[in-house]
Amino acid sequence: MKNYILRRVGYSLLSLFLLSLTIFLFVRVTGDPTSLLLEPGASPEDIENLRRQFGLDQPLWVQYWRFIESFVTGDLGLSFYYRTPVLDLYFERLPNSLLLAAVAMALSLLIGIPSGVLAAVRVGGFWDNAGKIFTLLGLSLPSFFIGLVLILFFTVYLGWLPSSGSGTAWHLIMPAVTLGWYFAAAHMRLTRSSMLEVLGSEYVKLARLKGLPEALVIGKHAFKNALIPVITLAGINLVVMINVAVVVETVFAWPGIGRLLYEGISFRDFPVVQAVVVIGGCMIILVNLLVDILYALIDPRIRLES
Amino acid sequence: MSSQPLLSLENLSTHYVSQQGARVVRAVDDVTLSLHAGGTLGIVGESGSGKSTLALSILRLLPPAARIVGGRMIFEGENLLDKSDTEMRRVRGKRIAMILQDPMASLNPLFSIGNQVGEPIRVHEGASRASAWERAVALLKSVRIASPETRVSQFPHEMSGGMRQRIVGAIGISCEPRLLIADEPTTSLDLTIQAQYLNLLRDLQREHGLALIFITHNLGIVAKMCDQLAVMYAGQVVEQGPVSRIFSAPAHPYTRALLGSIPRMTDNRQHLTAIEGQPPDLSSLPPGCAFAPRCPMAIARCRVEAPPEVAIDEGRTARCWLAVPGVEATAATMRSNVA
Repeated sequence: MKNYILRRVGYSLLSLFLLSLTIFLFVRVTGDPTSLLLEPGASPEDIENLRRQFGLDQPLWVQYWRFIESFVTGDLGLSFYYRTPVLDLYFERLPNSLLLAAVAMALSLLIGIPSGVLAAVRVGGFWDNAGKIFTLLGLSLPSFFIGLVLILFFTVYLGWLPSSGSGTAWHLIMPAVTLGWYFAAAHMRLTRSSMLEVLGSEYVKLARLKGLPEALVIGKHAFKNALIPVITLAGINLVVMINVAVVVETVFAWPGIGRLLYEGISFRDFPVVQAVVVIGGCMIILVNLLVDILYALIDPRIRLES
Repeated sequence: MSSQPLLSLENLSTHYVSQQGARVVRAVDDVTLSLHAGGTLGIVGESGSGKSTLALSILRLLPPAARIVGGRMIFEGENLLDKSDTEMRRVRGKRIAMILQDPMASLNPLFSIGNQVGEPIRVHEGASRASAWERAVALLKSVRIASPETRVSQFPHEMSGGMRQRIVGAIGISCEPRLLIADEPTTSLDLTIQAQYLNLLRDLQREHGLALIFITHNLGIVAKMCDQLAVMYAGQVVEQGPVSRIFSAPAHPYTRALLGSIPRMTDNRQHLTAIEGQPPDLSSLPPGCAFAPRCPMAIARCRVEAPPEVAIDEGRTARCWLAVPGVEATAATMRSNVA
C-alpha cells in the first residue's frame, strides 16, 4: 500500500512537471508581452528596461527555475498587466468560479441523475432514446455555441436574462446552464449504465422475488448502489468545472478564474497564465490521486495488480 | 396423495422471442408437473435445458424477452396466470419464495442483514420496523446463525459464504411461504457447508411444512433431498416420477445417460459415460425427439415424430417412443436386425 501511494505520488509530480514545462514554453511562443504593454514606437531602451524588469532578459532555464521557485515558495510573482500579486488576483476571482461550478454541478446532477435512472428503467423505450439524443448533443455541442444560442433566445429575443456580468442570480443562470450542460450529459450516461448494471444484479432480482413494490426495488435497492460511481465522478467533475470554464466565462464575461486565464492570454501576462494553469493542474491531479488512493483502500484487488 | 396438489403446471410453455420476432426459443415447452404440499420435487437437466426459466415462469418474473405463451399454473386452486401484476407481487416472497443460483451476490451490500431479512415481513404483513427486526433475529436463529442479535445489525461483507447462504434461506422462509424454489442453491459452496445447508433446508421444510422445488444438475442432491423428480431436456420434461423408481429403472435414455455419468466411489473399473454430442440449439430443434441425435437407442420414428408423454406406471411418465407400449418390441427387432 505504501509503495502504491508513493508510486502514484511520483507519477503525479511527473505530470505536474510536464504540465509546468509545457505551459511555460507555450506562453513564450505567443510573443513578447512588452509589445502589448508599451505604446507603439516606444524606444528600444524602454522595451529593454521592461524586459529586464520582468526577468525576460534572462536565459530560458533561469526563467523556468524562477517560475518553479516562486511556485514552491507560494509567491506567484506580480502580474505583468495589473502589477499586483498573481495570488491576489486568483483569490479575488476564485469565489466566482466556485459559485458558478457549484450551481452548474447542482443543475447537472438534477438533470443527469433522474434522466439516467429513467432511461435505465425504460431501457430501449422512448425516454431512453430521448436520453441518448440528449447525451449525444450534450457531449458534442461546444459550450460557446450553446452559450451563444442561449444569449440569442433569452437576451436578444426575449430580453429576460442579462447576457454578461455578475452580481445577481439572473446573471448566473445562463453561464451555469452552459457549463452544466456537458456535465449533465456525462452524469446521465454514467447513471444510466451504472443503473443498468445494478438492475441486472442478483440482489435486485432477489428484491423482486421478495415481492417488493417496483418503486422500492428501484428507489432503494438499485438506486443507492448505482449512485456510488456517479458521486465519485461528480466529485472529480466539480474540480474540473472550476478549471475548464474558460470559454463559458469568456462568453458571459463571468469574472472567474477562467476569465482571468483568458485575459492573461490576451495580454501575454505570463505569470497569470502559468499560475492559473498550474494551480488548476494541481487541483485535478490531486483529486485524481485522492480517488485512486481511496479506491485502493476500498478495493484490495487494485493494490495487488500494481 | 390423492388430495389436490399445491402446485400444478398444465402444458406450460415459455418462449424467448428475439426483437424482430424471427427467432423463437422454446425454453419451456409443454411442461406438465405437479407438487403436493410438503413434497419435494427435484428438477434436473443440463445447462440451458429450461430449468431456471421454468422456475421464473412460476413466479412470473421472466426477462423482458420471455413470454408465457400457453398453459396454466394452478397454485392453491388459483391460476397464477390470471393474476394482475399487483396480485402476483403479493404471492412472491409471501406464498412462493425463491432462492437464487448465486446467494453470494444475492444480498445488497448497502443494507444491514436485519433490514434485508425483515423487508418481506414489512412489505407483506405491514409489520413495524421494530417488530420486523425482532422477527429477523428469530429467523437468523432458526437458520442457525450464532449470536443473531449482533449479526442482525451487520452487513453482508462481514459474513462468510455459508452464513450469507443461510441468510438468503432466512429471507426465503421469512413470510412462511407454502412453496420454496431453490435454484442450484449450493453450487458456490464447498462440500461440508453444502451438506449442512441441505440438512438445514430439510429441517426447515419439516418444521414449516413447506413444499420444495429443487433445481439442480446434481443427482446426488436429488437422491438426498427429493421424493419426486422431473428430468428436463431441451425445454421439455422427458421423464418424471418418484425418485426411487426413476433411479432404479430409468425409462428415458437421457435419464439413463445422466445416471450413468455419476462417478461411483465403490467401483473403480466402471467407466464414466459421457453423453455424446452437444445440447441442442433450442431455436432450431430437429423434427421429432430433441434427444434423438444424441440418443444411442434412437429408432427411425424418433427423428420424424416427437414422442408423446406416456404414463409408464403409477405417477410416472416419459416422453419416449421406446416407452410407448408396442414400440419397444419393434425397436428391439430393428436393433437385432442391424446387429
